[in-house]
Amino acid sequence: MTEPEVKEQARREWPLWEVFVRSKRGLSHGHVGSLHAADPEMALRMARDVYTRRQEGVSIWVVPAASITASSPDEKDPFFDPAGDKVYRHPTFYDLPEGVEHL
Amino acid sequence: MTAPTLPASTMELAPTVQYVLRLGDDALVLAQRLGEWSAKAPELEEDVALTNIALDLLGQARALLSYAGRLEDAGRDEDALAFLRDERDWVNVQLVEQPGGDFADTIARQLFFSAYQYELYGRLVDSADETLAAVAAKAVKEVAYHRDHAARWVVRLGDGTEISHARMQAGLERMWPYVGELFDSDELERGLAGQRIAVDSAKLRAPWRHFVDEVVAEATLSITEGLWTAPGGGRRGIHTESFGYLLAEMQHLHRSHPGGRW
Repeated sequence: MTEPEVKEQARREWPLWEVFVRSKRGLSHGHVGSLHAADPEMALRMARDVYTRRQEGVSIWVVPAASITASSPDEKDPFFDPAGDKVYRHPTFYDLPEGVEHL
Repeated sequence: MTAPTLPASTMELAPTVQYVLRLGDDALVLAQRLGEWSAKAPELEEDVALTNIALDLLGQARALLSYAGRLEDAGRDEDALAFLRDERDWVNVQLVEQPGGDFADTIARQLFFSAYQYELYGRLVDSADETLAAVAAKAVKEVAYHRDHAARWVVRLGDGTEISHARMQAGLERMWPYVGELFDSDELERGLAGQRIAVDSAKLRAPWRHFVDEVVAEATLSITEGLWTAPGGGRRGIHTESFGYLLAEMQHLHRSHPGGRW
């Protein structure tokens, strides 16, 4: 689509935004859901109304859903299975030698 | 045994009770009007936004009507005041009872009223009446958001397409005749303002107009001077045609099932 076409599409149907909320200071933003809005400012305000009306957060991010590159379900095996049998990647795999401090 | 006495007419109540009822009635009637959009707003997200605003106003109304009942000290609670008063005993301004019409009408009504409430509560936080000051301190933050929500929609629709511009302009013009009443302070209000209990609403007009003019200009819309002005009278219990229907819908359940709860 050309840019005018994208804009026309957005005018007819509000684009989708993914919403991330930080529940309190010190924690990271977590994905809470998505919503439709015409632009970032509107998305932020609607996120406030839809996702933080019960004091769920202190900070909100909105991201155009189209900007997110996601892993594909088809690639699940090559992406995630190889990690399954590599227990040595977990710190608990290793025995701490006697006398090691600050670990 | 004495015959049960009828509740006093609102206009016979002590000035402070009447004043608190005015603020409470404004909030409750607009909450009811906004509730009409529930499940009917243009978008799901906007549905939630409008309902949130309605619930904020309902919360303000509950605090104010309960307080009016305590001040009156005649055994009326918030429910008795909300559901058992007839039309002539309601003292809200006529702006808040105007039908929502289309979305632009609703947003114009909200801009005018939230901007007014924002100026009002911003000053009422210094009231000599501690309960009113506390209600205002909580409400002013809610109202700041309502005002921002309405202002953004006015700009978006006004500075939008040809159709949205025309409809937003029509919305402003439909609600404008009811604006004058907001700032039409009477003897009762000025008397209480003299005691630092109330705010003289005539003094809110200039800052209110400044804000509204900025929004309207940014929206490429205009305030048409010389439109007719509604005769007003809401503070004296005089209301416009649609108000009776609103009350009937709001009150019939309570009147059919007195004291009903779920």
